[in-house]
Amino acid sequence: MSSNPDEPVIECRSLWKVFGAKAEEAMQAIQNEGLGKLEVRDRFNCVVGVQDASFSIAEGEIFCIMGLSGSGKSTLIRHVNRLIEPTAGEIVIAGEDINKLPARALRQLRAEKIGMVFQNMALMPHRTVRDNVVFSLEVRGVDEATRNHVASRAIDAVDLNGWDTKYPDELSGGMQQRVGLARAIAADPSILLMDEPFSALDPLIRRQLQDKFMALSAEMNKTTLFITHDLDEAIRIGDRIAIMKDGILVQVGTPEEIVTAPVDDYVADFVAGISKLDLISAGKIMEPVQSFESRNGPIDPSGWPIAHPDENLNQLVDISIDTNHPIIVTDQGRTVGIVTKQALLRGIQGRVDAGEMTHG
Amino acid sequence: MAEKENFDLLDPFSTIDLDVASYADGVKSWAIGNREYVQPIKAFFNELIVGIESGLHAVPPVIMLVLLGLIAWQAAGRRVAVLVVVSMTVLGLLAPNAWGLAMTTLAIVISAVILCVLIGLPLGILAGKSNGFETSMRPVLDTMQTIPAFVYLVPVVMLIGIGNVSGVIVTIVFALPPLVRLTSLGIRGVNPSVVEAATAFGASPRQILWKVELPLATPTILAGVNQTIMLSLSMVVIASMISVKGFGNEVLRAMGRLDAGKALVGGLGIVILAIVLDRITQGLGKSGRERGHRHWWQGGPIGVSLRLIKRATSKATKLDLTEERTTP
Repeated sequence: MSSNPDEPVIECRSLWKVFGAKAEEAMQAIQNEGLGKLEVRDRFNCVVGVQDASFSIAEGEIFCIMGLSGSGKSTLIRHVNRLIEPTAGEIVIAGEDINKLPARALRQLRAEKIGMVFQNMALMPHRTVRDNVVFSLEVRGVDEATRNHVASRAIDAVDLNGWDTKYPDELSGGMQQRVGLARAIAADPSILLMDEPFSALDPLIRRQLQDKFMALSAEMNKTTLFITHDLDEAIRIGDRIAIMKDGILVQVGTPEEIVTAPVDDYVADFVAGISKLDLISAGKIMEPVQSFESRNGPIDPSGWPIAHPDENLNQLVDISIDTNHPIIVTDQGRTVGIVTKQALLRGIQGRVDAGEMTHG
Repeated sequence: MAEKENFDLLDPFSTIDLDVASYADGVKSWAIGNREYVQPIKAFFNELIVGIESGLHAVPPVIMLVLLGLIAWQAAGRRVAVLVVVSMTVLGLLAPNAWGLAMTTLAIVISAVILCVLIGLPLGILAGKSNGFETSMRPVLDTMQTIPAFVYLVPVVMLIGIGNVSGVIVTIVFALPPLVRLTSLGIRGVNPSVVEAATAFGASPRQILWKVELPLATPTILAGVNQTIMLSLSMVVIASMISVKGFGNEVLRAMGRLDAGKALVGGLGIVILAIVLDRITQGLGKSGRERGHRHWWQGGPIGVSLRLIKRATSKATKLDLTEERTTP
């Protein structure tokens, strides 16, 4: 199916979802008259869940959608395996518009290509851990011996050995969600959909599971769409992040872009409390050598600490802690810039004005 | 035109006669006219009821007592088994013919409940899946539960004739609704996120029904079966008016002769049967969690005998092994 490695695995093209009895009419009115969310609500008694969302996810990428409750992120993720039908727009998975798939092909796609983890686990209480994990294989008619083999491998991957004949209500919340994760990866799908998988767990368990997930994801090279309301989690896990508000994708970018260059006040508010230490690199806050020399005279780099442009603020602090000299940034032996104490401190605050002139 | 002259706006009903009763009477004559078409069906159901009844009568009471005790133990545990055996012993001691009457009544109830499940379960599933069907079923079920049995007793007898088959049909009309309602309730009560998860992992609607919805709705459905059994038992006296034998007939005859003692025997018999059937079916309706996630075959007499067999075979193999070791 996906022969071209550059082709996105999941592509979402101007997706709209309007809920309500008159959704079709409302959609027409939106397209023809450019109605807003509130007008749609008042005129058609319809709710706009997702508004013109477009994004694409490359193979092996972890794409986080971050938004508060009610922002439409759970609605959006359910379009990817067509648990919800879009009002307009299309979802293309490996070159195929899934909204055109017949029922049987859609079921096959869900069972073989897409694994999903739910916020409330949604395990089947009448089935053992093992039977939960291999549910997607069972509905495909895979024989029991293979199922047992696959189940033990998946249960092993999430460190739940010995629990396979227990029932979900005999497990703690964290363990239940690990069963959810095992169920999602059991069929070895190429796509993982994670709908706030760790939100219901306490912080310590959440962090453990995040680590587990990142390790598994790196190992198995799954293309992942990850929903969360926790920006820290999105930054920790995501290769790219989309911020969602009222059904609109406000900004899409790498964690660094989101944190250092929020497009509006809403995103800025979100990232205000985020630690920038691991996100901002020396390249972002350094200034050109000439501008430094024009202020301070020619530099005498002997004894000055040296850093690489990719090193982050955390590492820069370590490098410069024992000296009062500015940091010299070199790339492949060439001096590309200088990070002053002032720029470093401003960088920790999240302000990158100093380097902005030269970067980009 | 006389009607029009007397027409009173404040009391229009006394002058308008739509003659509903005679239409309904037409149904009766239609029923009589079409008797021969239902005879083969009647014969089939009669076979079924007679088969169950003669089966129950063929088993000697003491053996039946033991069987009932074992069934109760399997379904609901040891305490209920003791209760069932004691209750049935008391029932047997009520009168010399009480045991036979009980088996006859039981046969009618079992036939009615089997047919109720065959009809009610699919209807309940449909009602659970479709709001439209549920809405259209509701007045029908209300009618079935509240309309006096005597109203449909006559047409049924006209169409089918007196006897067990009519008795079972009359019983079904009254006993079916709770099963339909509770099956629908059970299907609707299944956690939607579990159904969503099943869908997300590629299950077809049929697989969702069999692998998710029905297993999770089972406790509620069994509560419906329990109610159906109770209502079937409460119909035995009315059914006896169309010549169904058993405890109901006993009560009816005693009433005719003002024989309080005989009525008491019949009445107590029905009550004891009700208690026994209720306790057994309530035990069935426990959810997996309440049973501590044991399968039904892991408990009760079957569980005990399975464990005994296992122990015996493992002992045997152990013996084999030691023999092999001792004889080089």
